[in-house]
Amino acid sequence: MSTVVQSPDQSKVEPQRPWAVKRVVRATNGLRLAVFAVIAAGITLVTPLANADGWALAFLLVNLAWTLATAARLGAKERRDAIVRVVVSSLAFLAFVPWLSIFVSTALKGYKGLYPGYLFNDMRITSYDDELTFGGVGHAVVGSLIMVAIATILTLPLGILSGIYLTEIRGRLTFLVRFIVQSMAGVPSVVAGLFIFATVVQSMGRYSGLAGGVALAVLMLPTVSRTAEEVLKLVPDDLRSAGYALGARQWRTALMVVLPTVRAGLTTAAILGVARVIGETAPLLLTSLNTNGFVWNPIGGTLGSLPTYIFAMFMYGSEYSVARAWSGSIVLLALVLFFFLLARRLGGRNERRTRVGVGKAASTSAGTK
Amino acid sequence: MTTVETPAPREMTVIYSRADRVFRGIVTAGALTSLILLGLIASFLVYRSSGIFREFGLKFITGTEWFSDSFREVGDEARPDSSVFSIGPMIVGSVVVATIAMLIAVPLSIGGALYIEFYAPRSIYRVLVAMLDLAAAIPSLIFGLWGIEIFTAFGVRWATFLNDRLGFLPIFSVEFENFGRSPFVAGCVLASLVVPITTSVAREVYSRTPRDLIDTCYALGGSKWGAIRSVVMPYGRSGVIAGAMLGLGRALGETVAIYLMLNLVFKYSYQILDSTGGNVASMIALKFGEATDREISALIAAGLVLFIITLIVNMVASNIVQRTTPRS
Repeated sequence: MSTVVQSPDQSKVEPQRPWAVKRVVRATNGLRLAVFAVIAAGITLVTPLANADGWALAFLLVNLAWTLATAARLGAKERRDAIVRVVVSSLAFLAFVPWLSIFVSTALKGYKGLYPGYLFNDMRITSYDDELTFGGVGHAVVGSLIMVAIATILTLPLGILSGIYLTEIRGRLTFLVRFIVQSMAGVPSVVAGLFIFATVVQSMGRYSGLAGGVALAVLMLPTVSRTAEEVLKLVPDDLRSAGYALGARQWRTALMVVLPTVRAGLTTAAILGVARVIGETAPLLLTSLNTNGFVWNPIGGTLGSLPTYIFAMFMYGSEYSVARAWSGSIVLLALVLFFFLLARRLGGRNERRTRVGVGKAASTSAGTK
Repeated sequence: MTTVETPAPREMTVIYSRADRVFRGIVTAGALTSLILLGLIASFLVYRSSGIFREFGLKFITGTEWFSDSFREVGDEARPDSSVFSIGPMIVGSVVVATIAMLIAVPLSIGGALYIEFYAPRSIYRVLVAMLDLAAAIPSLIFGLWGIEIFTAFGVRWATFLNDRLGFLPIFSVEFENFGRSPFVAGCVLASLVVPITTSVAREVYSRTPRDLIDTCYALGGSKWGAIRSVVMPYGRSGVIAGAMLGLGRALGETVAIYLMLNLVFKYSYQILDSTGGNVASMIALKFGEATDREISALIAAGLVLFIITLIVNMVASNIVQRTTPRS
């Protein structure tokens, strides 16, 4: 009888992990936390601790007390480990709560103002404290997109060039360029706005969407440069060597081998930059101001945008205008989320393709030998 | 044993063709744009604010009064300009609010980063990382809106508690028991704005800790906390400091959130629960709307001061990052 020894498929062997947390343990832990939550709720009823913050404090304290009580029978090392675990988890809990609260409260406070026409109407014939079934945010979305497009057109080429410089040319200024890009990421947005106001706005003689776009570009450039560099760094050197080996010069290798490999990654860089700047308010308050109607011309005068819409609605201060500010926030957060998911999708695809592609190429070449 | 002499590596000569030289020139020029832009911003701010600095000198930074003589521009130009510009309280206000924010944000960030990297169940690891990235992209305007509409209620309660129990300390004392627009509450909101930034830097540094070192720690019988304390924390310390500095730069330069949260009062105040405060950035946004030409120059001077402060903070941060980034 011939035995066929099948080579085990390397990718399918699962390492055994006897230390992994069992499902039963995990379930008990979850159940315990649920019980603590109920106890904490009880505490808020009978003590001065009240409201969500009191409940959270009670919950964390109960959790800590339980850990301290159960850790008493452990050795010194395990006890410290258990206490640190609960402290770290509590800190993390406190760190994550504000974002959750922001997402939830934006949704709860803003959904009332959303109606089918909200995205397509403007505020030209609607006053800020009209009923929520009138008016909309269309003009602001259009303005934001125009300015973000201007910023992208300006920064994407520059960001890619600086990425190429840092990864392909690696000249004498590499350190300086990286240093400057990092420092620029910290320029306060209001300072960028002031700078553009003093240059673009004052020389043009009027506020404009162009000025807003340029101000956003100043803030976007560091993000795009850095992401582009990160992405270009992922290109394996073999590809460059292959390009050179085929007789291509450096420019040909860079433009026709390296750049096409990371096309998706560079798109990600641009989109991440957009997600970062689309909510910038301060520079727009100084460069493009606000409008109440649709404006398509970026150099004709003031141009509304989502952040300035929200800001103006909130500062107006009536019940309905504040509700509009929250609805605008939903749209803004949705845009940020959309760009983020888009970047993630594209970035993820790019990553996978490079890894699989290179791996496959290596294994087939090994096989043919 | 015969010693094998390693031959010296051949000298490599690289000759760039003309097309290559053009390409390298263009790329270098593109890469230098950031440098030029930064230089342009700095020199333009200096140029536009030099008049103000010449007139007020150091008083601009230490003085406590901001008065724009706007009537003069409207009518009687003959009368001498009585404007006074100085931003001392605003600089102090920026530092106070940013300090409160950092004191809260740094422990939370370290805890959050350690939790995500070492304690969180693997199944939610990716979700948490994605959420962290997303949280870092929430516009500060929305933080401000959330701060004033939702958080203030909680913040006031905490402030009242602090005032009740610790009111005998000068920084927790107040003149009027109205805590809503105090630097403490604004600092809490600023902290929640900074936490995602600092956490994501810290998490990334922690995640680069060499796996072997951690495993060695376990193999020697160390607990998780032992591994974190003796390997992860020392390895990531400079990265965490850099992340905190980035967050500090952000906190010092924050505009809209502070604009919405604080009443601008031109008075030196160290009472963090009192409803006075403000920072340079939000002052610029506030005064900009109806500023006269001279006032705009003064605002640009304020912008220059802010720019220099944040630039120093960020350069220190990026210096730390560059020195400690492991070369691949």
